[in-house]
Formats: sequence, C-alpha cells, structure tokens
Amino acid sequence: MVKHPWLPNSPDEIKKKMLETIGVKDVSELFSDIPEEARIKVDWNKLEIGFGRPLSEIEVKRKIEEYLDKNKIFKNPPPFLGGGAWPHYVPAVVRYIITRGEFMTTYTPYQPEIAYGLMQALFEYQSMIAELLDMEVVNASMYDWASAAAEAFLMSFRVNRGKEKVIVPSTMNPFHEKVINSYLWPHGYKIEKVKHDPETGLMDLEDLKNKLSDKKAAAVYIENPSFLGFIEENAKDIGEIAHDAGALYIIGVDPMSLGVLESPGKLGADIAVGEGQPLGLGLNFGGPYLGIFATKWNMKFIRQMPGRIMGLTTTKTGDQRAFAMILQTREQHIRREKATSNICTNEALCAVAAAVYMALLGKEGFKKIGELILYRSHYAAKKLNEITGVKAPRFKSEFFKEFVVDFNEAGVDYKTIHEELLKRGIHGGLYLKPYYPELGESALYCVTEVHTKQDIDFLVESIKEILGR
Amino acid sequence: MAWRQAKWPEPIIYELGAPGRIGFLVPEIEEEIKKYVGEIKLPDKIKRSSPPELPELSEVEVLRHFVNLTQMTYGVDNGPVPLGSCTMKYNPKIAMEAAFDPRVTMLHPLQDERTVQGLLEMMYLLERWLANIVGMDACTLHPAAGAHGELAGVLIIRKYHELKGQIDKKKEIIIPDSAHGTNPASSSMAGFKVIEVKSDERGNVDIEALKAAVSEATAGLMITNPSTLGMFEENIVEIAKIIHEVDGLLYYDGANLNGIMGYTRPGDMGFDIAHINIHKTFSSPHGGGGPGAGPVCVKDRIVDPDKGIKLSDLLPGPRVVYDEKEKKYKLKWPGPYSVGMLKAFFGNVIPLVWGFTYIMAMGPQGLKEATEQAVINTNYFKKLMEGVKGYTLYYGPERWRKHEIVYSAKPLADETGVNAEDVAKGLLDAGFYAPTIYFPLIVPEALMIEFTDTETKENIERYAERLKEIARIAYENPEEPKKWPKNTAVGRIDAVKANHPRHVTPTWRVYRLRKEGKLGLLK
Repeated sequence: MVKHPWLPNSPDEIKKKMLETIGVKDVSELFSDIPEEARIKVDWNKLEIGFGRPLSEIEVKRKIEEYLDKNKIFKNPPPFLGGGAWPHYVPAVVRYIITRGEFMTTYTPYQPEIAYGLMQALFEYQSMIAELLDMEVVNASMYDWASAAAEAFLMSFRVNRGKEKVIVPSTMNPFHEKVINSYLWPHGYKIEKVKHDPETGLMDLEDLKNKLSDKKAAAVYIENPSFLGFIEENAKDIGEIAHDAGALYIIGVDPMSLGVLESPGKLGADIAVGEGQPLGLGLNFGGPYLGIFATKWNMKFIRQMPGRIMGLTTTKTGDQRAFAMILQTREQHIRREKATSNICTNEALCAVAAAVYMALLGKEGFKKIGELILYRSHYAAKKLNEITGVKAPRFKSEFFKEFVVDFNEAGVDYKTIHEELLKRGIHGGLYLKPYYPELGESALYCVTEVHTKQDIDFLVESIKEILGR
Repeated sequence: MAWRQAKWPEPIIYELGAPGRIGFLVPEIEEEIKKYVGEIKLPDKIKRSSPPELPELSEVEVLRHFVNLTQMTYGVDNGPVPLGSCTMKYNPKIAMEAAFDPRVTMLHPLQDERTVQGLLEMMYLLERWLANIVGMDACTLHPAAGAHGELAGVLIIRKYHELKGQIDKKKEIIIPDSAHGTNPASSSMAGFKVIEVKSDERGNVDIEALKAAVSEATAGLMITNPSTLGMFEENIVEIAKIIHEVDGLLYYDGANLNGIMGYTRPGDMGFDIAHINIHKTFSSPHGGGGPGAGPVCVKDRIVDPDKGIKLSDLLPGPRVVYDEKEKKYKLKWPGPYSVGMLKAFFGNVIPLVWGFTYIMAMGPQGLKEATEQAVINTNYFKKLMEGVKGYTLYYGPERWRKHEIVYSAKPLADETGVNAEDVAKGLLDAGFYAPTIYFPLIVPEALMIEFTDTETKENIERYAERLKEIARIAYENPEEPKKWPKNTAVGRIDAVKANHPRHVTPTWRVYRLRKEGKLGLLK
C-alpha cells in the first residue's frame, strides 16, 4: 500500500470504492490470470530497485545532486572536443520552448486536429532543413547521424535492387562506421573503403572509379566536413562519378557548416543525412541527438524513405490550413514487415529544438556563425602550428571547425598532454591513435562559436608550457 | 462550459518576419583573429553559392510563434491521454529538473571518464535496477527507442544463431497477429522472415497454430505480455517451452511492462531478451514522438560454452561497467561478439536520467502500486462501460484487463455509420485525447484505451460518460459526429489530399516551387 503524489487513486478510500465497483475484494484478484508457474518467485520489495522504498521529492533532489556533483562540466574554456558531437551554444529560447509541457508531454500526432501546433513545428523543421540542404523532402527525424546514414544505405539497396555493396571514405567517422556495420551485416551487404590522399585527406578519385567499375555499388557516401575535419572539396566530382556508375550519392553533413559550405542538393546528393545536435540540442553525453534525413523530389526515392513525414494540407472543408502525417504506407504501423524501416519513436522534440534554433539564426545567422567558426578554428590551428614540434592542421586541405593536431614531433605523448591540460581545467581534443593508428600521437581538436580568443590563447599557452616551449 | 483548444491563425514561419531581422546575435569575429588569420578563401567549388532560404525573424517573433504553436498542442500536462499501448502517464517535473541539469546536458560523450563518474554511476545503477525489474541478468542502455531496442534484440537473436553455426537454417521469427507493427518491421531489418500466428477467442496465442508454425527454421518469437488486447498471455510458459525446444529465443516487447510489475517479470516467464520503454513505463515524456530510450536486457544464457560466450556478450553498447580495482565507472565498448553499435554514442541520457529519477522516487513498492493502479483503472472503466450500447469487447470479454482495454465500435459503425475515427473526434471535442484507433488490427473499429496509473477516477468516469454520450448522439443524429471535432485548433483533416501526388507537401520549399510553377510532377 503506497500513497503517492503521482498516483491519484492510491489513497485507500478511493481504491476501495473502485475495487467495490469492479466487484473484487482485493486488487490481487485482478492478476488471478497469471499462472502460478509464471509468477515472480523472489520478494519484489527486497530487490535492488531504486533505494528500497519510495523517496520524497526532497530526498530525490538531494540524491540527484550528489550524483551530478561528481560530473565535471568544462565551461571555461568549453571542451575542445568534437568527433561527431560538438560543443555549440544553446539559445535560451530553444530550451524554453522545448521544455513547455504541451510540446514535451504530447504524443506522436495520431490525432492531428488536437496536435496542430506540434505538427506545424515539425513541418517547419522539415522546411528549414530542406533549405539548408537544398533538398525537397525531409523526414521528421531519425535517431542520429549514424543511424540516419545506416538507413540511407538500406534505402539505397531498395532503390538500387540487386546491388551488393556501398562505398565509403577511409576517413569516415569510426562510430558511424560501426553503426552502419550493425545495420548492413544481417543482409550480407559489403562496405568498401576508398583510399584517401595521405597529404590532403581527400578521396582518391581513381580508387573510387576502380571500386565502382564492377557496377555493384548501391551508393557512394561521403562526410562533409569529414571526421578528421577537412572539407571534401571534390564532393561534386564524386557525385558525378557515383552517378555514372549507377550508384546513389549520399552526403552526410554537419548543418552548422551549411552557411558557408555548398549544400548537398547542389553537390548532387540523392540522399542527405546529418547530425542535428549542433542545432540547439546540447551535448547530452551522446543523446538524444537528431538524425537528419532528406531526399530529392523523386517518387522512387520518397517511396523508399524511412521515418515519419509531416505534410501541409487543409481541413476536409477546405477552408483551413492543416497538417497530416503523410505517406504512411511506408511505415511499420501500416506496412509491418514490408515497411521501409522499423522506426517509430524518433527524436521529434529535438527536431522542434532545431526548428527554433534555425528560426532564431535565420538566413544571416547561419552565414555569420559559419564564418565565426571558420576564423576561430583557423586561428587556433595557426597558433598551435607555431609551437615547435606541433603541426596543425595535419592535412593540407581546407577545414571547418575540426582539425587534426599532430604531436608526433612534440617529444611528449598525447596522454601526458591530455593529463596536463586536464589539470589546467582544459579538455583537449580526441586522441586519434585508437581509431587511426597511422596518425600516431595526434588529436582531433574542435573550435566553435563557444570558444573565444582567450580560450584559444589559454589552450595554446598551456600546450606550450606542457611541451616546455 | 465546453472545452476549447486555442485556435490561433498562426502563419507558417516563412510567412513571418522581415528582411534583415535577426533572432540571435552572432558575436563578431575578433579583429585580432581576423588580422592574424588573414582572409580565408574556401575553394569556389565547395563554397556555398546561394544563402539558405531561412526566415528572418526577431527573437520575440520566434518566441511568440512557437508559444502559440504549443497552445495548439495537447499533452499529458493538459489532460488525459489514454492512448492504448503508448502509456502516456504523468511525466514528473522533478525528473525533468534532473534530466535537463547542465551537469547532464553539457557532458561530451567522449569526455574523459574520470569527469563523468556521477552520470556513469547513475547509469550503472539504472542497468541493475532495470535488470531486476525484468528478471534478467544484464542490460544495455544504448538503444534510442523501443523499436531500436527491438532491432538490438533481433540482432542478438541473429548473432546467437550465427555463433552457434546454425544461422543458415534459423530464418524465421514468429509474431502474434496482435503485435505492434514494429515487431515484424524489426525482424525484417535483422534479415528474418516473419511468420504470423493468430490469437484464439480468449485473446491468447492460438497454441495449435503456434505449434504448426514452429519448426527447425524458427529463430525466435517476439511477443508482448500483457498483449495489445490488454490481457495476460495465459500460456506463456508453454509458449516458452515450445520455442526453446527448437533452440529459438524468446523476445519480450516491453511496451506493456507497466501491466505486470511486481507480479511477474519477463525473466520469470521464460524470456531470454526484453526491451524496456523508458518513455512509457518509466515516465519520461514522449516529446511529440521522441526522444525515447529503449534499454535491452538479457538472461545469462550460454551461447558457446567452449569460448565462454554468454548472451550478455552480444549486447550492443557502449555499456557502463565498474572497475573494482580502480574504483571507477567505465564505458565498455562493444566486444567481438557484440551486435555492435546502433547509434554513435552511449544512449539517450535525458530520458534515462528521467527514468532513473522516477524509479528512485517510486521504489519497488511504488512501481508495483503503479501497476495495480493502472489495472484497477482499466477494470473500473470496463465496469462503467458494461452494457453501453454501440461498443463491444472481442476476445475474452469476461476476462480481467491489465493496463489497457480494446473496445470495438463495430456495432455503432454498423448501426449508425459512426465509426471509430468519429468516436475519437468526439472525445477530442470533450477535452480528452482520443484512444489509439484501428489497432490492434484484429479488432474491427478498435478503440484501444489505456488510462495508466496516473489518471484520476473522476476523469475515467467523465471519459466513460462521454463515450455514452457519443453513442447516444450517433443513434439520434448520425450526421453530427461526422462534423467533429469542432473544439480543437482545426477541424477534420483531409488526409487523402495530403497524400495525393499532386498535392503532397512535405516542406515549404515544395509549396513554394509548386506555386511558382517550378516543381515537376512527382514520379
């Protein structure tokens, strides 16, 4: 017997009345259809579930504080850490809107008339992403970039029936690669990696042509900017080569770069995917994030697209604008085993956050924030490069917000540098050796709009000090 | 006074604002930086050729626009959302405070483990608590949603048979006809063929049909218990035996776990794998369709005794482990037998911290009470609905329901032409969210109703009264319900037009190009 503020009918007097109406003496009678052999054999109340008893809000708050205090946030300076999740500023308005109860506690809009506002917000998310990407059709979200890319590959096999493999860059995000493996493995599809130029990092176009010559590829994929930070400047040529070989072209993007970098649509992508985390979501220790998924105005593609889509329509009377979930015959709740994906719950609220974010930044904001990031990251790289024994960026190509810092000639291993930086309250970049052994003592550094000149100078001075320069 | 939802003539964001306005001030690039770096010239072939067509609004316009949209949206914070199978219970605000704390939201997933010990400890405990709740030995918090957890589960089934060298013959997953659509879809994504078995008239899986379907090709079975009909599967122990006899694995779809907590656990019933919807049973909000979190738990079943492989080695990750020697929590990245990673990093921690806080506040007694409350609410409602004209119960009408109940509006539809959709709209007009309709597929004109543990007795009574009133109106004036809803932000939607290739409008870009005559026909 537990009287609890979240259980309005838990007081004895109410429960008793309800049980009387039902016609049972004890609540356990309502569970009489659970056969003896299927019942729990241990004492439920003694199991380690929570802290053994219900806790009051005051007690809960105290405990939560104890745990959270053991986490260290890097604020001053923010972490110089990226690798698929990046420190970006979350505007106050974004957090305010998504924590409003109406949006936060509503369900998938199965009843569109009473969820008009949410559907409009998701439609606006789709619409603004469409403009950033220059693609016509966008879904209401996937889990993250990695799973969106994996589903894009599965889609390419449905569009391009009979193909056996996909082609990816050898510089792709190693976490994305693992996810794609998990999704493609059951079907026996192969993943082939195209070589990159060791100096520039750019995809080796001759090797790409070779790998496409057997005409067995369903899709060619690139990430732009790449995991290692550089910009794949031959993106358009890669698309043409892919199309010539009958493969679809999939581009994965960081949306923050699209104020300054060419859009996937204009680069010839058939499918665009990406990570919406920078668009007002926060770091969240890896999730929830936001998988961006878009395709072109082509029925063959749209029919094979995964995920929910909001569509603009009217009421039956035709006199009012309204929204509906469209093209649902692709989805699991209708199509079951023949659905284009099993995705049901997605990242809708993250998509709303992104919508608010994009509306705040607007046309001008995306360009300005892109330029700010470019200049600050270049400042950081150039400053670091001046330190004897440090090379940044490691690759000769142009880069956006991340770049590889090569410490191989620094005389100190990266682990030591990382430790010393931590002592100074700085979280340095991602040590790359576990993912790219050939890069040795190198780390991937990330600089965004949250890193000021002072932050960067502090980092550079600290590294100088650590290296004894 | 009748219930009314806000009805603002809120334009699409592209119809708002004015050229030159900004909603966010981007800091200027420091002069010293500019001077030091010089001009950055991106190669022409990769430089953005035309700026993205984003709207131009001031901060206050953006804020008002979205606030107006929230007011035309209905969630659990507004009133009852008795959507069957969706478990729309109250989302406690103390849990939101914990989940949105900067000491959660500002942690980078690749941050040094020593700096995230608090979060890792919470996640470690949550894994253990969930394992105890479902009666399993190990859990992963990695999957981002229920269906994502299902995918993890069926991939584990695939890996299990692969490691045992029998994947060539293990090609089928058996699924009851009352299952969620995600079950067959997840099975397909894991490369399995789906075999559907029917339900008997008591709402259980038809055992004879199951026996006929099971063979050496059976890789496993996916089932939710209590079923989507809201009833406990009485033959579950026998079903487990039948599947295990052919070395199949039993997968528990945890969508309905809130109907049994404290009485039985998937592990007690013979399941090998179970997923849990944190955004259902453990109270994190649905956010209009997500984010959720779909942890997956397994029994410590031996896969390969020689190599010492257990089912838990197959779990996707990363997972949290405790290093006794170093007295530290660590992330364990997927090993050689794991199905791998299904998203880029750990898991959806905001819902997970929410669920952690909820379980902490409830304790085992509170969770069992929540289950009892959910079941009392359903059966109380069932009693109130006895003899109400127009609605009927298929499948074991005399049986107790658990967390939900599925009425059929078929009599009403046959006699008046007023169907389940019309009934749903009539509920909206009274300020209730509608039931899940037309699901499960085996009930015609289905109204799938789940009040959850957090709905008041008074609201359940009002809801039953409204259903009666709808039926009365339908019999008296069957034209009237076709005009519903009237009190919501908009009237009945034209879904046919919405899906027509000539009208389909997934983005404003499509709307604009079509209006300008620049959009090709969709083919």
